[in-house]
Amino acid sequence: MAELTKTAPQGEPILQVRNLVKHFPLTQGILFKKQVGAVKAVDGISFDLYQGETLGIVGESGCGKSTVAKLLMNLERATAGEVFYKGQDITKLSGRALKAVRRNIQMVFQDPYTSLNPRMTVGDIIGETYEIHPEVAPKGDRRRKVQELLDVVGLNPEYINRYPHQFSGGQRQRIGIARGLALNPEIIICDEPVSALDVSVQAQVINLMEKLQQEFNLSYIFIAHDLSIVRHISDRVGVMYLGKLAEIGTDTQIYDHPTHPYTQALLSAVPVPDPEAREGRERIILTGDVPSPANPPSGCRFRTRCWKAEERCSTEEPLLAIPTRFQGVNTLAAHESACHFAEEKAVLAV
Amino acid sequence: MITMDNTSTVPSPRDGNPQTPLLEVRDLHVEFHTRDGVAKAVNGVNYSVSAGETLAVLGESGSGKSVTAQAIMGILDMPPGRIPQGEILFRGQDMLKMSFEERRKLRGRKIAMIFQDALSSLNPVLTVGYQLGEMFRVHQGLSKKEARLKAIELMDKVKIPAAKERVDDYPHHFSGGMRQRIMIAMAIALEPDLIIADEPTTALDVTVQAQVMDLLAELQRELNMGLILITHDLGVVADVADKIAVMYAGRIVETAPVHEIYKRPAHPYTRGLLDSIPRLDQKGQDLFAIKGLPPNLLRLPTGCSFNPRCTVAQDICRTDVPLLQVVSEQDGSELPGRASACHFWKEQLHG
Repeated sequence: MAELTKTAPQGEPILQVRNLVKHFPLTQGILFKKQVGAVKAVDGISFDLYQGETLGIVGESGCGKSTVAKLLMNLERATAGEVFYKGQDITKLSGRALKAVRRNIQMVFQDPYTSLNPRMTVGDIIGETYEIHPEVAPKGDRRRKVQELLDVVGLNPEYINRYPHQFSGGQRQRIGIARGLALNPEIIICDEPVSALDVSVQAQVINLMEKLQQEFNLSYIFIAHDLSIVRHISDRVGVMYLGKLAEIGTDTQIYDHPTHPYTQALLSAVPVPDPEAREGRERIILTGDVPSPANPPSGCRFRTRCWKAEERCSTEEPLLAIPTRFQGVNTLAAHESACHFAEEKAVLAV
Repeated sequence: MITMDNTSTVPSPRDGNPQTPLLEVRDLHVEFHTRDGVAKAVNGVNYSVSAGETLAVLGESGSGKSVTAQAIMGILDMPPGRIPQGEILFRGQDMLKMSFEERRKLRGRKIAMIFQDALSSLNPVLTVGYQLGEMFRVHQGLSKKEARLKAIELMDKVKIPAAKERVDDYPHHFSGGMRQRIMIAMAIALEPDLIIADEPTTALDVTVQAQVMDLLAELQRELNMGLILITHDLGVVADVADKIAVMYAGRIVETAPVHEIYKRPAHPYTRGLLDSIPRLDQKGQDLFAIKGLPPNLLRLPTGCSFNPRCTVAQDICRTDVPLLQVVSEQDGSELPGRASACHFWKEQLHG
């Protein structure tokens, strides 16, 4: 890892996702199953992740954020598309080769209450990673390594023989993070890592994650629905809607200069912890719910809830690209946005 | 039957209603007897709500905010729960001294509750129309047919599209936001005077949350209801509340009108909560974090419950429990509605 630590974010991407698709089949019949449709959970997503950066992914529930996380880990087999980890397509791997890649891509889960086995001690939970990847730590050395990890995440190393129920939510999430760190991975995929925690504890875990990122030069994919936390931790942010990326850019581009109507609506809906703002700000309240991913709208998927939608939106699907009107213009609005009528609109930032 | 003056006076956020409060909680204590000892969940809570007013109760999990609400509704599990002392006055009458039947008459008719998780609060084997109609059948003795029509009316009122067609659907047919609307419909069915909403939007997405909170605020204005909003989200509070009560370890540590508290908190815990919200200018820096963990309710610390986590704690904080006392401006002039349970509120507020 040492030879890679100096790469700037603009260097070679560590993870390249190209047209990733995941469809879950909908079947009918018990004995003679036939496919009657598919839930298009992820429907063509492309992005890059660079060394040492944090890519935030936001979106409403059901938009496919968590499926993306599982696809990147190859916990779900992609229907189509590629995920290149250092040039190697991991969606096609299996067996030993996949195991080797997974060593470098680890995951921290949302719910610290169900993601730790209640019958195993903390030492066993974190140490189990070394059973699967014995080359990382020799047998006699494992206990010491686990204690080191506990120390790194701010837990008392003497807690190694305790069980998960003896810890609070924030402490359990630290155990989850220690497990993710155990194999010295390069990428950690965090699926809503702080949403189950109390406000005062959230800040502790976020601080820990930022500290670890600097210490180990980690790349994070940070999936969350709390927009203010995503802004705080992310270098770049992608906004997902119904299995597709609506907009992607640096945090300032997305939060201060959003050009996609969905991003604008999402940002304006966030309650701002400032009572002075409640009279003055304009809120875009979307009507209705997210359409079913089994039967997404034609053309632009957001058009059913969009106030800008026109004829063209139902026939022609907008591609994720820098909008033509902003091309070559030196403005922060010039970032990829999948909208025919992309334009800036001032929304109160979180 | 329903004594309500539907005057359309929209209360401005700043001034509380001077009349007798709708609901007043006085020195409420709730404890749970468990195998490991007595857990003191609520330790002397005082608050009041007037008609048309929104009180936000803010606190982390385990702070006793939901237990207080359950005690008001009378849906506390007793045993193991026990209310050793305190009064809950609804229009001046102590509900804790009422008989079971008397309280039952108030529930739903005068005080209604909206729960956090709509999916587990609705019965999955009954249609939503049946469950909405139940309110009218049980409380007003309407027939099934009439109740069904009332249910459709209610679903229209909470803006569920195609209410007529959807009245015979089951809860799982609805999305999360729609289910929460049904919960709201159920709560407002009998036009109660007071609604207690326990984390009504925590399980929802931000865009849907905005819809639901708007609806709730609109109905509140229309029916001039009192609303107790229980939440941990400082953003939601800033959007809808008139006044705030911050709870920590079963006590109210600070009360204030909404505009004041964000500007000048008078308790270190409130200050810590406000500081731990990620802000723009802090990008790349550490977030402020309240160190340590919320206390174990079986073994509350002596003195101020917040002292082990407090940055300004001194010796007196470890020995003396600070009472919720009225705070004032530096020159001694009053700050209406403000109180803090900190020995050093002066330093917090003015320093």
